[in-house]
Amino acid sequence: MTDRRDDVDAGRRQFVGWGVAMAGATLAPGVMLFDLAHGRAPEAPAPRGVRWGMLVDATRCAPDCNACIVACAKEHGLPDGKRSTDAQWIRKVELKDLRSGRALGAPVMCQHCAKPPCVDVCPTGASFKRADGIVLVDRHTCIGCRYCMLACPYQARSFVHEPVVNPQPDVPRGKGCVESCTLCVHRIDRDRAPACVEACAAAGHRALVFGDLNDPGSEIAKRVASYATAPLRPGLGLDPGVRYHGI
Amino acid sequence: MPPVAANPQSESRRYWGLVALAALLALAGYAAAHHMDVNGHAVTGMDNRVVWGLPHVFAILMIVAASGVLNVASIGSVFGQAEYKARAPLAGLLCIALLAGGLFVLMLDLGRPERMVVAATHYNFTSVFAWNVFIYTGMFAVAAAYLWTLMERRMSRWSGPLGVAALVWRFVLTTGTGAIFAFLVARPAYGSALLPPLFIVLSFAWGLAVFLVAQAAAYAWCGRALPEAIHARMRRLLGVFVAAALYFSLVHHLVNAYFAQQQAFERFLLVDGGLYPLLYWGAFVAAGSVAPLALLWRRGAPSAASTLAAALLVLLGAFAWLYVFVIGGQAYPQPIFPGFDARSSFGDGAIARYAPRWPELVLGIGGVALAALVTLVGARAFAFVPEDPATTPAPAARGAGAD
Repeated sequence: MTDRRDDVDAGRRQFVGWGVAMAGATLAPGVMLFDLAHGRAPEAPAPRGVRWGMLVDATRCAPDCNACIVACAKEHGLPDGKRSTDAQWIRKVELKDLRSGRALGAPVMCQHCAKPPCVDVCPTGASFKRADGIVLVDRHTCIGCRYCMLACPYQARSFVHEPVVNPQPDVPRGKGCVESCTLCVHRIDRDRAPACVEACAAAGHRALVFGDLNDPGSEIAKRVASYATAPLRPGLGLDPGVRYHGI
Repeated sequence: MPPVAANPQSESRRYWGLVALAALLALAGYAAAHHMDVNGHAVTGMDNRVVWGLPHVFAILMIVAASGVLNVASIGSVFGQAEYKARAPLAGLLCIALLAGGLFVLMLDLGRPERMVVAATHYNFTSVFAWNVFIYTGMFAVAAAYLWTLMERRMSRWSGPLGVAALVWRFVLTTGTGAIFAFLVARPAYGSALLPPLFIVLSFAWGLAVFLVAQAAAYAWCGRALPEAIHARMRRLLGVFVAAALYFSLVHHLVNAYFAQQQAFERFLLVDGGLYPLLYWGAFVAAGSVAPLALLWRRGAPSAASTLAAALLVLLGAFAWLYVFVIGGQAYPQPIFPGFDARSSFGDGAIARYAPRWPELVLGIGGVALAALVTLVGARAFAFVPEDPATTPAPAARGAGAD
């Protein structure tokens, strides 16, 4: 009687052991993927010491390509940018050198300044800078005064002039509030590159490089260290997180 | 304001008619703001390039004039001029009325006007806008307390200190309004330390012009004539203020035009920018400054009508100056890529076009109407009309008009 019970217990232990092992083998990749997909837990603060930035290589920006703009509009549910009241978080500026006639183009978006004038002038503190350098607007405290739009030296901010259509779950937007490029913060927090950067790479240009400017091993830091880059309007001393090459 | 008229009932009807008209226009302004709130600012002429439009021109004009109109009171209370002291209550009332009208427009133009409670509970102290929330509410409080000391005999010993406080506060307020633009590094039109003092000088002229218009209306309503000695003093003072405002504005542009990086912008604003040079030279300089100076300083004894015309022209010039400053300053593209011809779907390198539409115009007019309404009601409820001993009507006549 006792021996039989021991046999059953041994079988049960083996069964439970295999079950746990199989469950572990099944769940572990999922847990790992979940961890990868959510690079930062929702309640965790933005990492200090990181300075997210972007390098725009104007020499690689193809004249007839607007993949970055299309990707941004799709990612954030933005209008097509045909009217002056439409929000445009990124725009392609066509440039012609007044001396040489050389033509080139470069996308312009929020430059995510280290000393952002929009944050300084915002009366309610709705415009703010995260610890990792990303400049955002808190939709709940923006009163729509547009003072930040006057203050921005890059004309990078938009005002939502009409009720929002096509809202995206990761991108809170609202009529009467100011908004601008978030550097795709919802993707960064899941360890993904901004939509414009992915689209540029997919189009085969690789004119946009995203990464941590403070990490000497990152591609952006290496490229910034290896050839001449400059911010827009450097004389203002705002230390933008977006740098340009070839202008 | 107690009218002196043969037929008090008719006067009363006229008064309530004016009150009703002002209330209706203020209500129309509110309705326009509601239309903007429901449908978004797409129904206005403002866009992502010209983000501050006609409402801001109206609002800033009223707020700057609100601070300037208090000078009349300060000249009386702080500098001891008896003729001006008699005008201090009306100046205080106009200050409160104009401030209310300006803030009415400014707040209702917000993208989220229902979030005023957020603006009152969340402060970013690096923002001059946040400072102004305190400055504007403080101005209301100081002006109201000052009025109390002027109207209540038992409090009159405090009118001197509160007059000084009002003088200081009005300088702070105009400095704050000028600093809104002075602190903007981005645009060639702004970002100058000259702007706060320039706004203060402009406020002297605009505030006194508003006062003279209100005073003329009050005297006409009461069937009185302004004593010539007082008329001459106030006329000359307005002339000095208008000349100073013109001088400061010209120097501001002269200095800007000296800098190579500013020359294209100054050329746009003053020479080839279409509407903007026309408004600056035609409406501000010629009609709003030179013509009033000619009216105010001409030889002989200019009539009260010519002084009123000069004051109205100054206000026309004020509106034009602000239109050029606020909207022209935004219409010119920012120098993001110097040395390049820039083009984009967002208006890079191009002059922005701004055509005001009816909602913002009606909202602005609504603010002016609210200021008029507050003045009308205040003047009726309290003795705000200046009492000059030489021209005060006989008691019997005064009694006939007071209904």
